Amino acid sequence: MEPKIVAFCCNWCSYAGADLAGVSRYQYPAAVRILRVMCSGRVEPVFIFDAFKNGADGVIVTGCHPGECHYVSGNLNAEKRVENTRKALEYLGLGAERLRLKWISASEGLKFAEVMREFTEEIKALGPSPIKSRMSVK
Amino acid sequence: MEKKEKVNEGEERIGVFVCRCGVNIGGVVDCDEVARYAATLPGVVCVSVNKFTCSDSGQADIQEHIRKYNLNRVVVAACTPKTHEPTFRVCCEEAGVNQYLFEFVNIRDQCSWMHIWDHEGATKKAKDLVRMGVYRAKLLEPLEESEVAVDQNAVVIGAGVAGMQAAMDLGDMGFHVYLVEKEPSIGGRMARFDKVFPTNDCSICILGPKMVEVARNENIEIMSYSEVVEVKGFVGNFEATIEHKPRYIDVDKCTGCAQCVEKCPVEVPYDFNEGFGTRRAAYVPFPQAVPLRGVIDLENCLRSEGKECKACIKACERDAIDFSQEKKYSKVKAGVIIVAPGFVTYDPEPGNDYGYGMDDNVITTMEFERLLNAAGPTEGHVIRPSDCKEPMRLGFINCVGSRDVKTNVHCSGGVCCMFNMKNAILLKEKRPEISCYLFYMDIRAPFRGYEEFYNRARELGIRFVRGRPSEVIEKENGNLVIRAEDTLKGVVRNIEVDLVVLGTGIVPHSDIEKLSKMLKIPRAADGLLMEAHPKLGPVDTVLGGVFVAGGASGPKDIPLSVAQGSGAAARAARLLVTGKAKIEGITAASDTERCIGCSLCVDVCPYAALTLDEKENRVMVVEAICKGCGTCAASCPVGAMEQRHFKTEQVEAQVKNLFALT
Repeated sequence: MEPKIVAFCCNWCSYAGADLAGVSRYQYPAAVRILRVMCSGRVEPVFIFDAFKNGADGVIVTGCHPGECHYVSGNLNAEKRVENTRKALEYLGLGAERLRLKWISASEGLKFAEVMREFTEEIKALGPSPIKSRMSVK
Repeated sequence: MEKKEKVNEGEERIGVFVCRCGVNIGGVVDCDEVARYAATLPGVVCVSVNKFTCSDSGQADIQEHIRKYNLNRVVVAACTPKTHEPTFRVCCEEAGVNQYLFEFVNIRDQCSWMHIWDHEGATKKAKDLVRMGVYRAKLLEPLEESEVAVDQNAVVIGAGVAGMQAAMDLGDMGFHVYLVEKEPSIGGRMARFDKVFPTNDCSICILGPKMVEVARNENIEIMSYSEVVEVKGFVGNFEATIEHKPRYIDVDKCTGCAQCVEKCPVEVPYDFNEGFGTRRAAYVPFPQAVPLRGVIDLENCLRSEGKECKACIKACERDAIDFSQEKKYSKVKAGVIIVAPGFVTYDPEPGNDYGYGMDDNVITTMEFERLLNAAGPTEGHVIRPSDCKEPMRLGFINCVGSRDVKTNVHCSGGVCCMFNMKNAILLKEKRPEISCYLFYMDIRAPFRGYEEFYNRARELGIRFVRGRPSEVIEKENGNLVIRAEDTLKGVVRNIEVDLVVLGTGIVPHSDIEKLSKMLKIPRAADGLLMEAHPKLGPVDTVLGGVFVAGGASGPKDIPLSVAQGSGAAARAARLLVTGKAKIEGITAASDTERCIGCSLCVDVCPYAALTLDEKENRVMVVEAICKGCGTCAASCPVGAMEQRHFKTEQVEAQVKNLFALT
């Protein structure tokens, strides 16, 4: 089965990049779900933990490239927060590698699709999230 | 399809509208199945499937359902909020549903188009996405947009032909314009051209009067030799900081008589002539410059070496020379900003691009342009740099620094095909006995009169060789051998010429990155500024009140740049004329009961919109400053800080339903 991936996308860069991937018909697996927030800085750790609790095998937070954040520095806060959450995931036994951060601009449709494909492959190699067997999540 | 029985769960009455978007969604996703599924979700009282939900009839369908079923939440599963959210928000408001109670579910750009061959997977995903949308919609809260007054001034960055046009249009409408130009004179690239295609009119003859008109327009304040270094604020209320570089000449006293120029002992390569010929350290940019005032280039002035040269001071009868001038800053307020910094041509790498920079007789087409120009360094006589002889055989090479995986894959939009072709035609018209070879991959001649121009080039005897040259070999006498495969004949040709002209592609101006970062305008893959929508918003940016025009947002010829200048002015004028702009209702909100005054949110706010009320030990939000990123909400350890429309429970509602079916 395809691993389940959740992508948090910021409204200005990566969500527009995801749209551009669509407009350009760059394909990636259907098990990727996109969640729109205004800024990657809005993504709090609890969203990430809950995504895992609700069946995700991998979570990716995407935002504008450093220096290009629509909100000046929200993406840098996201970076710090993701880094800390990765440590927590490692500590919890889920593995830090199930959480990723990527900068994707509004013009990088191809990159968006590539990142989703690659991340899906990497998570596939890791196997399903260990939470699933313990919590009987689908 | 209608679900008749009333759903008694809370007070939410949700309508779900699934769009087929012709076959864009309907060809991949089973929309009826999605609608059937949506009807089973809690709170959903009706569902409807439309061929085009955004059409008049589709929107009327939404409004009818709102009235018939007394809906208080609307979910549309269609294309993308980036383009269509405003449309449906208005549709809902008209029918009495607050626009923030509308939820967009993206099942086209991020579903059907992404999974063209996986119909089953795409349908399942669409169902999940709709479920997420419905659960989020249940928790949405009505919000109000705030209205702000729009300052009646405009800032136009860049005074090339696009920026000048924008400034003139706004000035003529009665708005005050600060026209900020980095160079000492307005005019931009067009001021450097000899003739312009496809009519071959004299460039400065048509631009010069326009430049004078700009200067005469009483509503335009030209700030030449100045740069915008900081922009604060938001739509309607920007504050720009402008740096004014010192000219070391008092512009109020100077008349542009150029007596200081004559007496200045220092000669440096003349940048306006692409480095050909020289100018003095004290100079007037070019004869038609506006403002026609002198500048002293202190970097090259003898004074910067500590010498006490007073040549210019003595020469100036009006006492205008003033070495005490320093960089100055001014702040201006403006309601709108038009960004028109222009473009540059690709700078060939020495040794990499056909021997440019190593072989004297390989020059760029911009340099050739100045040689052709009657006001240029050679007064219009084409000579080759190595021995100043007139070249009798010329090779023009197209697509240098464009359509090339090694440097820049993008095409310059036909502009450099036409540019190089024009220069060959001008030369051939002056001296028919000169042989011209033009090496091309494809000729792109898309607009009115361009194809005819190309035919004329052929009729004049310019020889077109289809193929990208592999190398240019310099001979001892300075002649050059261009080696290229003629892909139409299928043979390798070695053509000896006296001068090689590189048709360099259009690339981003160095200022574009700076402006992009300063104003937060995203850049496209080609590095140029990105418009709000490639088809329907060509002069808008994603930022309210900021518009873009000219070569900065993609290669453009002169008519298109002028049209964009006018277009940007018209778009900006909408805000200026009404004097009002709407601000999104998505801002931070602090629950002062819960707040513990830890101030973690204050530390991460990029706008200083949060302040700690020390008496109460609670954080307060200054809503006029908040732009609604939500970074504060994510940092709050007690859940007291929230981002409206993206409240924790609203996002969590989506997270909990991510994979309900799959």
